[in-house]
Amino acid sequence: MHLRRALIVLFLLLVLAVLLGLVKGAVKIPLAELFLKDNQVVFNLRLLRVVAAILAGSGLAVSGIALQAILRNPLAEPYLLGTSSGAGLAAVSAVIIGVSRIYIPLAAFLGAILSIVIVYSLARERGQIADKSLILSGVIISIAASSLIVFLVSLFGSRAMHEMNWWLWGSLQVYEPKLLFLAFFPVIMGILVIYLFAQDLNAISLGEEEAIHLGVNTRNIKKILILVCALISGSLISICGIIGFVGLIVPHMMRLIAGPNHKKLIPLACLSASVFMIICDLLSRTLFAPVEIPIGVITAIIGAPLFILLLKKGKKV
Amino acid sequence: MDIILKIDKLKGGYFQDEIIHGLSLDISRGDFLGVIGPNGSGKTTLLRLISRALKPSSGGVFYKGCNIARMSLKQLCRRVAFVSQDIATGFSFTVEELVLMGRIPHLGRLQFESKKDMQIAREKLALTGILNLKDKLINELSAGERQRVVLARALAQEPELLLLDEPTSHLDIGHQVQVLDLLKKLNRTQGLTIIMILHDLNLAASYASRIALMEKGMIFKIGSPEEVLTYQNIEQVYQTVVLVNNNPVTGKPNIVLVPGRD
Repeated sequence: MHLRRALIVLFLLLVLAVLLGLVKGAVKIPLAELFLKDNQVVFNLRLLRVVAAILAGSGLAVSGIALQAILRNPLAEPYLLGTSSGAGLAAVSAVIIGVSRIYIPLAAFLGAILSIVIVYSLARERGQIADKSLILSGVIISIAASSLIVFLVSLFGSRAMHEMNWWLWGSLQVYEPKLLFLAFFPVIMGILVIYLFAQDLNAISLGEEEAIHLGVNTRNIKKILILVCALISGSLISICGIIGFVGLIVPHMMRLIAGPNHKKLIPLACLSASVFMIICDLLSRTLFAPVEIPIGVITAIIGAPLFILLLKKGKKV
Repeated sequence: MDIILKIDKLKGGYFQDEIIHGLSLDISRGDFLGVIGPNGSGKTTLLRLISRALKPSSGGVFYKGCNIARMSLKQLCRRVAFVSQDIATGFSFTVEELVLMGRIPHLGRLQFESKKDMQIAREKLALTGILNLKDKLINELSAGERQRVVLARALAQEPELLLLDEPTSHLDIGHQVQVLDLLKKLNRTQGLTIIMILHDLNLAASYASRIALMEKGMIFKIGSPEEVLTYQNIEQVYQTVVLVNNNPVTGKPNIVLVPGRD
């Protein structure tokens, strides 16, 4: 398949999605009136959401791609290593304690980073990190943190259910624009770093020994990229909560369409995940307006059948 | 003769399990060394210690006087390439993409392949006779075709020393001779130094200029095919009765198996 053609098509789709994201919403504003002063507040809010969607979609998809290659596990995703439940637990605890809203993202970020540190040190054996122990300790920490979340929610849930749901199921309703800018840099830098390692990821996806025979120092690269992925997902969780599924299925869908070459895969995944997230966000705020469905629910409901369709139709993953 | 690779009292294996027990060996530039020996004698482990896939527990491997443990992995892989028995087919790369990966050791961190790298990849595809397969997916190929992809990728690294772990194990006799003829040609015309593990003693005798017979992590005997492939040596190491005569075409030793009688 031709990379350039695919990129152009996806880019046009992205432009279309951005326009839709700006025009559609609970309050209907015709395209022509979008830029009028009267509508500026609505316009700014929607613009923020679109930017957040692009950031979250690309970040989650690209770190999913990287982790799937590093761990050579098709089920790997950005939250596999415990970041999501760690962040969720920290955020829920912060909500219950009554920490000022502005500090909750910080708590979520720290929770994500802390859990990856725990998972990483649990998986360390004789100075080496085995893929299997990394995945296992990630799963264990996730389960432990998730049950603590349920425990806290069942005790204190009545007080701040809405707020907790926001964190646990995600939302692109960015309540503080400054936070978005704060998260912007680690996410964009992280994606760029992963892209620089595209050819190394190709080699690593063939197996550790293959990679060594191609001059790729797998141990260092694994460390760097796991850290980068944790930074991306931690930053994203702190601005928009836990949004599942995107980091798992977009990489697979793109692999089905474009093959496993990371040099193609990464840019394609950025564009398509952005489109996907903008559409999901649009649905989350318009389907049952004025009630907003958590975006994590929408991504799963749309993503699952889409993925099954591709899997049935397509080649091998 | 200048020594390209010096293996000095090398010990190593997997975790607590030492498989190579203090092996020393010199390889000259332009050597074509066939490594033979029974299963579990440490042939593959030796090769993996040379390629740095394994770390030695003591002793060392020196490439032109430089300890390979001190070289960067990319430096090493620009000089030494490894041809494994098979290639993972979990991710469906195209043949050309895979062969292009052989250029990784030559690229900087911020560098993607240039036209020149593409050209080298094509050259090696043509050399190994699989240019027509370049757009095929790796998991659509036969085992024999895959083996030639691995060889093409190793050649794309433009190494001075090629390590091969049974490069013909999945090939029919026609393709075996094709691949080994190609290696012989590269060895003769370009001075490519080759260390190759082979199970087939007759192929080893016909193609290698020197043969190392391994037993229990040590070299039992090293020398010309005539010196090493005697029935006494083979019977002792392989614990089996054979007959050695001469290949009428090459004049090299020809080993005939003697089946056990009921």
